[in-house]
Amino acid sequence: MFKFLVKRILWLIPVVLGVSVLIFTIMCFTPGDPARNALGADASQESIDEFNEKHGLNDPYLVRLGSFLKSTFPEFDLGTSYINGSSVSEQILSRLSYTLRITYIGILISIALGIPAGIIAATNQNTWKDSLSMVVSLFCASMPSFWFALLLVMFFALRLGWLPTVGVKSWTGYILPCVSIGIGGAASIARQTRSSMLEVIRQDYVTTAKAKGQSRSRIIWGHCLRNALIPVLTAIGGQMAVLVGSSLVCETIFSIPGIGSYLVTGVNQRDYPVVLGCVVILSLIFSLTMLCVDLMYAVVDPRFRNILKS
Amino acid sequence: MSEKDVLLSIENLVVEYSSDSETVHAVNDVSLQINKGQTLGLVGETGAGKTTIAKAIMRILPDPPARVTGGKIIMDDEDLLELKEDRMQKIRGNRISMIFQDPMTALNPTIVVGKQIMEAIALHEKVSSREACKKAEEMLEKVGIPKERYSDYPHQFSGGMKQRVIIAIALACNPELLLADEPTTALDVTIQAQVLDMMNELKQELGTSVLMITHDLGIVAETCDCVAVIYAGEIVEYGTAEEIFDHPLHPYTTGLFGSLPNMAKEGGRLKPIDGMMPDPTDLPEGCKFAPRCHYATEKCRQGRPELRNMGGSHVVRCTQR
Ligand SMILES: Nc1ncnc2c1ncn2[C@@H]1O[C@H](COP(=O)(O)OP(=O)(O)OP(=O)(O)O)[C@@H](O)[C@H]1O
Ligand code: SF4
Ligand SMILES: [Mg+2]
Repeated sequence: MFKFLVKRILWLIPVVLGVSVLIFTIMCFTPGDPARNALGADASQESIDEFNEKHGLNDPYLVRLGSFLKSTFPEFDLGTSYINGSSVSEQILSRLSYTLRITYIGILISIALGIPAGIIAATNQNTWKDSLSMVVSLFCASMPSFWFALLLVMFFALRLGWLPTVGVKSWTGYILPCVSIGIGGAASIARQTRSSMLEVIRQDYVTTAKAKGQSRSRIIWGHCLRNALIPVLTAIGGQMAVLVGSSLVCETIFSIPGIGSYLVTGVNQRDYPVVLGCVVILSLIFSLTMLCVDLMYAVVDPRFRNILKS
Repeated sequence: MSEKDVLLSIENLVVEYSSDSETVHAVNDVSLQINKGQTLGLVGETGAGKTTIAKAIMRILPDPPARVTGGKIIMDDEDLLELKEDRMQKIRGNRISMIFQDPMTALNPTIVVGKQIMEAIALHEKVSSREACKKAEEMLEKVGIPKERYSDYPHQFSGGMKQRVIIAIALACNPELLLADEPTTALDVTIQAQVLDMMNELKQELGTSVLMITHDLGIVAETCDCVAVIYAGEIVEYGTAEEIFDHPLHPYTTGLFGSLPNMAKEGGRLKPIDGMMPDPTDLPEGCKFAPRCHYATEKCRQGRPELRNMGGSHVVRCTQR
């Protein structure tokens, strides 16, 4: 178990490193002028040259990559923003909690809606409950989260006035963003839960449980659910990836001061240190979350515990 | 045999597995009686419908695709097929229990084996969960597994040990009727003997009746009072063990083991017969064995032969006998 953890944590290094190099390279070769963005459209040529010189933007690609990696990894220094000179690390630290809150509440909403919906669909297979939950989940899974966010704002914030349109001054501000990023995941998780539940219900050990005289509900909760959750965990892991992506957009829509909106601003303004810092942190969060998902396998599936031990 | 001694009687049972495209006629008009305290052997080739009959008694056939389209299963003057589900739950695992054929898949991989035994006890006996655990431990010991392994998961067990756990589950509540679906196939010979002894003990002690489904004629000879031979979902011959072993009459039965006079003593498996079982989605009109039978005549192919009494309890479904 300990060995497994150490191994997995060591694996984070190449993953985060690889992601950083990839993003750095993409940014280097995409058009855009950081200096003009930072200094304004009517800045003089001298000040632009001076800016480029100061931030090493005239250096060749490999030199820039080297200095980026050197300052980021051994020194954990994410640099300062081109635009306002603030420390990227400090910004990220102050924004981290918002992003964690909305992504984790989002995934919890996905799980809390998705798993019961899948169970209801599977245990009422081929009835209206099944059809209804599958139609709704197909609809939700194929809807982009930003569009859903806009619908929710229109209805609950503008039409009914129950919830704030933007900002997270109180907890009510979290409802719409979390629901809008969680709903797509809920739909996928529901579909996965349904199909793995149906798979499990056909297994011989379920017949054994029935032959003991157990009631249907006990069989579903006591025997089927845990086995059915194993593939659902994989789906939850996949949804985490999607969710981190949709949180970027949702933070912007709802003006949430998280890492996502910071990243989007950074991209728009070609503020390279901000973009890179955000990507490094997001990939780290994502990898750690996936590690937790993997550890969940061991909780659910005893066969996995053996793999951990060896 | 007087009416009173019958524990369970199957009358004209018909079971089909139907999908959109075809219907498998798995059990066709089967009638059988299981007497109190006796062991009835059910033998026949693979696909003959043996497991389907046992699952129909327990009402645990997968639905869909399985459907019981006719017949009755009478126990205590009640038709089990008509019972409400909650009453049936009180019978399953308690009065009737089943040992499953495939030990590799019959245990839940995410629950410790002890708990899988304990569940049955806690469900049917009015005991605290502590006592149920203790009884489950006793059951483990009884089937030859140290009770320290209560908290192990099925994947930590060998196939034979899993089979013993399944047997422990089935025996946990001292059933009146035990449906044993090839209970010893996964076991090696010494354990096989132990398991059979154990079942025998239960039979002596509590008067448990057993439906013994098996391919192993040695086991039939050793344990069964009566034998039913099933072919393509039909009983083709029925009688006491002596009648069947000493005077097999149906060509299918003789093909299986009648030609070897010392079969019963020497033990051994059913002998393969030339040809294949008929396609259960498209069974022949008359005698279902006719395509493989050396004695087949025109008459055999015309209508289904009736079961005819050959003296004693011996009946056979063949026009030529
Ligand atoms: N779930 C199912 N769906 C469709 N057909 C089935 C199903 N289960 C069994 N059958 C069919 O029903 C027939 C009888 O099957 P059954 O399992 O009762 O045979 P069996 O006598 O127990 O054979 P074996 O000795 O191999 O265990 C076979 O033709 C089989 O193909
Ligand atoms: S009825 Fe005819 S075909 Fe069928 S077993 Fe008897 S002799 Fe053979
Ligand atoms: Mg079978």
